Amino acid sequence: MSTADERTPVLEVFGVTKTFPGVVANEDVDFTLHQGEIHCLLGENGAGKSTLMNVVFGLYQPDQGTIKVRGEQVQMEGVHDAIDHGIGMVHQHFQLIPVFTVAENVILGDELTNGPFLDLKEARRRIREIEEKYGLAVDPDIKVGDLSVGEQQRVELVKALFREADILILDEPTAVLTPGEVDDFFGVVRSLVDQGKSIIFITHKLREVLAVADRITVLRGGKVAGTADPKTATQQSLANLMVGRDVVFQVEKGEAKPGEPVLRIKNLAVEDDRGVQTVNGFSVEVRAGEIFGIAGVEGNGQRELVEAVTGMRHNVGGTVEILGINATKLPPRKITELGTAHIPEDRNKHGLVGSYTIADNLVLNRYHHESFARRWIRDHHAIHKEAESLVKQYDVRTPAVQVPVNTLSGGNQQKVIVARELTGEVEVLFVSQPTRGLDVGSIEFIHNQIIALRDRGAAVLLVSAELDEILSLSDRIGVLYRGRLVGTFEGKEATREQLGYLMATGATPESEQAS
Amino acid sequence: MTGSGNNRLDRSLAGFRQRIVDAWSLQPLLVPIYAIILSFIIGGVLIAIIGVNPFDAYWALVRGMFGSSDRIAGSLARSVPFIGSALALAFAFKAGLFNIGAEGQLLVGGLTAAWVGTWAWMTDTPGIFAIPIVLLAGLIGGFVWGWIPGELRARTGAHEVISTIMLNSIALFGVRWLVNSRDPLILRDTTASVPRTQQISDTAILPELADSNPNLHMGIFVMIAVCFLLWFVLRRTTFGFETITVGLNPHASHYAGINVNRIIVMAMALSGAFAGLAAASEVSGTNQFFQPGTFAFIGFDGIAIALLARANPIAIIPASILWGSLLAGAPLMQQEADVSIDVVRIIQAMVLLFVAADAIVRYLFRMRGEAGPHIEAAATGWSGP
Amino acid sequence: MTAATVEEVAQDMASARRFGRQHIVGIIFGVLGVVLMAAVAPALTSETRAFAFEPPPDPLQWEFSPSTLVAVIGIVYLAAAGLSFLPAQYRRISFLSQLVAAILAIPLILGISLALSSAPVTNVTNLLDESLVLATPIALGAMTGLWSERSGIINIGIEGMMLGAAGVGFMTYALLGSANSVGWLWIAILIAILAGGLLAALHAVLSIKYQINQIVSGVVINLFALGLTGFLRSEVIVPSGNSKGVATAEFGIPILKEIPIVGDTIFQGRPLHFMMYAVVFLTWLVMFRTAWGLRVRSCGENPHAAETLGINVVKIRYQAVILGGFIAGLAGAWFSMEAQSGFEDNMTNAAGFIALAAMIFGKWTPWGAFAGALLFGFARALGSRLQFLDVEIGDFGIPSEFLQMLPFLVTLVVVAGALGRAVAPAAEGQPYSPSK
Repeated sequence: MSTADERTPVLEVFGVTKTFPGVVANEDVDFTLHQGEIHCLLGENGAGKSTLMNVVFGLYQPDQGTIKVRGEQVQMEGVHDAIDHGIGMVHQHFQLIPVFTVAENVILGDELTNGPFLDLKEARRRIREIEEKYGLAVDPDIKVGDLSVGEQQRVELVKALFREADILILDEPTAVLTPGEVDDFFGVVRSLVDQGKSIIFITHKLREVLAVADRITVLRGGKVAGTADPKTATQQSLANLMVGRDVVFQVEKGEAKPGEPVLRIKNLAVEDDRGVQTVNGFSVEVRAGEIFGIAGVEGNGQRELVEAVTGMRHNVGGTVEILGINATKLPPRKITELGTAHIPEDRNKHGLVGSYTIADNLVLNRYHHESFARRWIRDHHAIHKEAESLVKQYDVRTPAVQVPVNTLSGGNQQKVIVARELTGEVEVLFVSQPTRGLDVGSIEFIHNQIIALRDRGAAVLLVSAELDEILSLSDRIGVLYRGRLVGTFEGKEATREQLGYLMATGATPESEQAS
Repeated sequence: MTGSGNNRLDRSLAGFRQRIVDAWSLQPLLVPIYAIILSFIIGGVLIAIIGVNPFDAYWALVRGMFGSSDRIAGSLARSVPFIGSALALAFAFKAGLFNIGAEGQLLVGGLTAAWVGTWAWMTDTPGIFAIPIVLLAGLIGGFVWGWIPGELRARTGAHEVISTIMLNSIALFGVRWLVNSRDPLILRDTTASVPRTQQISDTAILPELADSNPNLHMGIFVMIAVCFLLWFVLRRTTFGFETITVGLNPHASHYAGINVNRIIVMAMALSGAFAGLAAASEVSGTNQFFQPGTFAFIGFDGIAIALLARANPIAIIPASILWGSLLAGAPLMQQEADVSIDVVRIIQAMVLLFVAADAIVRYLFRMRGEAGPHIEAAATGWSGP
Repeated sequence: MTAATVEEVAQDMASARRFGRQHIVGIIFGVLGVVLMAAVAPALTSETRAFAFEPPPDPLQWEFSPSTLVAVIGIVYLAAAGLSFLPAQYRRISFLSQLVAAILAIPLILGISLALSSAPVTNVTNLLDESLVLATPIALGAMTGLWSERSGIINIGIEGMMLGAAGVGFMTYALLGSANSVGWLWIAILIAILAGGLLAALHAVLSIKYQINQIVSGVVINLFALGLTGFLRSEVIVPSGNSKGVATAEFGIPILKEIPIVGDTIFQGRPLHFMMYAVVFLTWLVMFRTAWGLRVRSCGENPHAAETLGINVVKIRYQAVILGGFIAGLAGAWFSMEAQSGFEDNMTNAAGFIALAAMIFGKWTPWGAFAGALLFGFARALGSRLQFLDVEIGDFGIPSEFLQMLPFLVTLVVVAGALGRAVAPAAEGQPYSPSK
């Protein structure tokens, strides 16, 4: 504690308030970053972490408050001011241009020129220099679209370092990495600090905070909820600070009573939009009354797998059998009619029609059923009645069922989807990233709904990038690596370390040694 | 102080305006109405610049549009094809598609209608069959010419704006050849001085309502009936729901089990069918033959009219009548006030501009509320979803 | 070798075996080759025909037998078909062979036409020159589209920008140039360029500031330009009494005009036509070799990423769209002050839409778009040439409409078939609001 205070502050934020129409994203926030420290900014989704950092980076103009860089008060009128003051930011969603090369991505906005023309040769040399200095190897001439996610993150870091940033803001940098890669990444972060950089590390993962932080600031509902010292803080104390009440880590869940296999996938092969076969000989059997969780680093075929079994994407090989019926080539509606439901990964893209009312969204996949349409004439009255009852049952907070669904919060939107999907006879549920970006209350609600469905005897195939979610919900866990299952575990026996190693390498330590 | 006086006046005016708006529930119509007023003001300035009293010019224009029962009939007659092309655009908009190909669909529909109308056995067929056959022929011609870009969009992702632009040119050269060619002689009427098809059979001619210029015929009832039919389909049927859902979010539609490709193909084909029907009604009711030049710009004007009507099938009727009457009335303005008929074109462009960029109108007239819903068609660029 | 890399190799091989577009193109060439050799070549006359490269009386010319020519090209097509099925590592060879086959379509069509015509000889240098001249407004319009669309703004208002510039430019000349002076003509051309820029600025304001649908904005531009120029013609140009003016003068490019054969055709011409080559070259140079060009392209691909690097996306888009407008203005000037000297209503006659097609044909690249413009120019030149040659199959004259239709068909096929989904700039057409 005392050592940090003796250091000089390089970035100070005083009383920043930022509102968006209808939302106060930041309210009177103070924040200080010292020279050579890793300062973690911790908070739930929607707590205002990214907003605060976008204010610091000049992307947003604060309504109130001041920012000081190295003791000097500055006005951030745009990103270029932040860059000029030596601030660099690696965004949660990478800000890269896939059709440009690494070098073009790095120099964009700060181009090296030779006369009127771009000097890519000098750019390459400078990039290689940076890469060697910080151990971030990427070929400057490769198109960014051909790089893996981890490599793209390195390009983002090189971009910031190329601009000679010495204050680095890393926004949820580990979300896309495997547990093993996270450790490597922490190594990179520490070497950056050794070279004199100061780092703001944004995350909502408690374990990472304790592993890497020199100092912790917790945001809740747009305000500073408190600061903590990683040497004395525990996960439980941080979680309570983050959520504002006592948090139960473990989901309440009874013993599974698995029945017959109702979902059989054999040797499934699926291509992604670019024609690359991302699911490659995937096989699994899921029994009635159990939750089968699929763990894996994003981009290992999860999306294509779920889209293929729900009929949204053609598969190029293998079979899918649902409730004893061959569903391999069936379209989405036929698969739904077998008694399945699907909570999709991207609720805005797939799950909802934003400008439709809540009522229309609640019958989005059943509008043609007898109860909502006489032959081909829609029955608005019946739809309205159904919507009213579902909104009550699933606790969707809304003034009326006739308001557009895009006026709801993320949690309530997800509840609309869950309400629609879990209504009726559901014997197999496909669910993908069910709680991404939600607050703790909504997460608990949705987890309980999924478990309740299992207890009613449905089979659940759960895909999630959150290892904690997989571990707390699943009765069995499979690890997806390069489009196939590389290992399955009983939910109670699996450990983070085991899963993490498999997710990163596709093999267990023993088998690696054997070969 | 004058400032506060102005303020009070402003407020009372605003209150007065609001009472009228509320009484007649004009809220959704405000932007189009203001857009039209603004466009006429700009047109008036142009007219004044060339040294003509704008009020004289507009008075002549209004008399040209509605000055006598004949002129009213002529204006209505001029509006009929616009109803069809605007419906074509509006329906495609609802499905999230931008059918720039109404121009070509009109040509193909008009040609097929005229071709079927000149078949020998048509002369012995009573009108109650012959007229629907000719209209159906035009409808099918347009349907096919709209189906092609729909199928291309669904199968290969080729953006319908690009493929319909290509198909417009292909249709233009194709029908031009069919109608121009003397050797071999295909559809040309060799006795006519301009390239056109032969006269269709008398039995296939839509009954005339008024001998105006152009003549008003029963086609107007056909087109208005189609407007109401489409309104009902979009508002109350499952097919309409599916179409609008695909237009708003094709990904969610696919997820929800709607056959997105089928909707895209059907929307484009039906869109073409509306254009083809309009062309057939023109061929059957107005000209009694097919001449490619008569359909120039009707498809492009359909874009503007559909936007003016916010893609609402009922609103298309008054919007088309406004559009057609302006064009029908302009010659009198030229004759009496010596103002080029192109002023009307400029006014029309301005109307479209202000309706599309309603933020300008809302700012100028200090209207409350957020910008209205925009038509999201083709907002994703050229390469498909 | 770990399991992972083995799998990668297997995956690569699997994707290489897959049946791709180049194979489809190869099959098409194969079928064409067989048809040409088996059916077309034997049916054609074996009398000599000739391509002349110079005007009479004593031209340099190449005499050939049409059936032999067609048979030889048929063999090349078969070879190209075979080479299309080479393994993936020889993809370059496959592509080159297909390119050669595509270019050979020109002598093929010309040779067959000549065989079917009663004329024994036709001048091909002239035909090339006509194609290049007719490609002028299309290539310029395509560059307009390129600048706009590469910055992320869809532009179907090219037609209106050209037409507006043609009208306003000639109006300026009609008002100023009663002395028929060349100086005034160039001032009028300058005004035309500015008028194109002004209409583009309107498009930019509507699409960038007011964020209206960019296609709608383009329609507004087209409609407005049509009305405005009609109005100006009947209210200003005609009353001024100067409905006819002078056109830009022909001249030869120094040194190049001394080259035999092409010197006094290709390198003899009018200034705006030659400026077109410069515009295409500079478009490529600036777009792909300068910092500003890099920024323009970044705005079309991922404006948010550009913003996080301190780039003012809105400003860049305004600049790119308006620069495109200037180029459209030059094309407009070509219509009213070089190709003709006067203004007629709707005189651009859909050239702007053809330019759009050429740009798409060229997959949003300057040289590809230029090739597309040449294709359209060639088709039009060939169309009028064939009418002139009176080509007949039996008694059936080949209508010029078919040839004019052909490039649109080709573009349609390219858009539907060969065009990958991810070729257009990724962020195109999406309104962009800077963060606040």
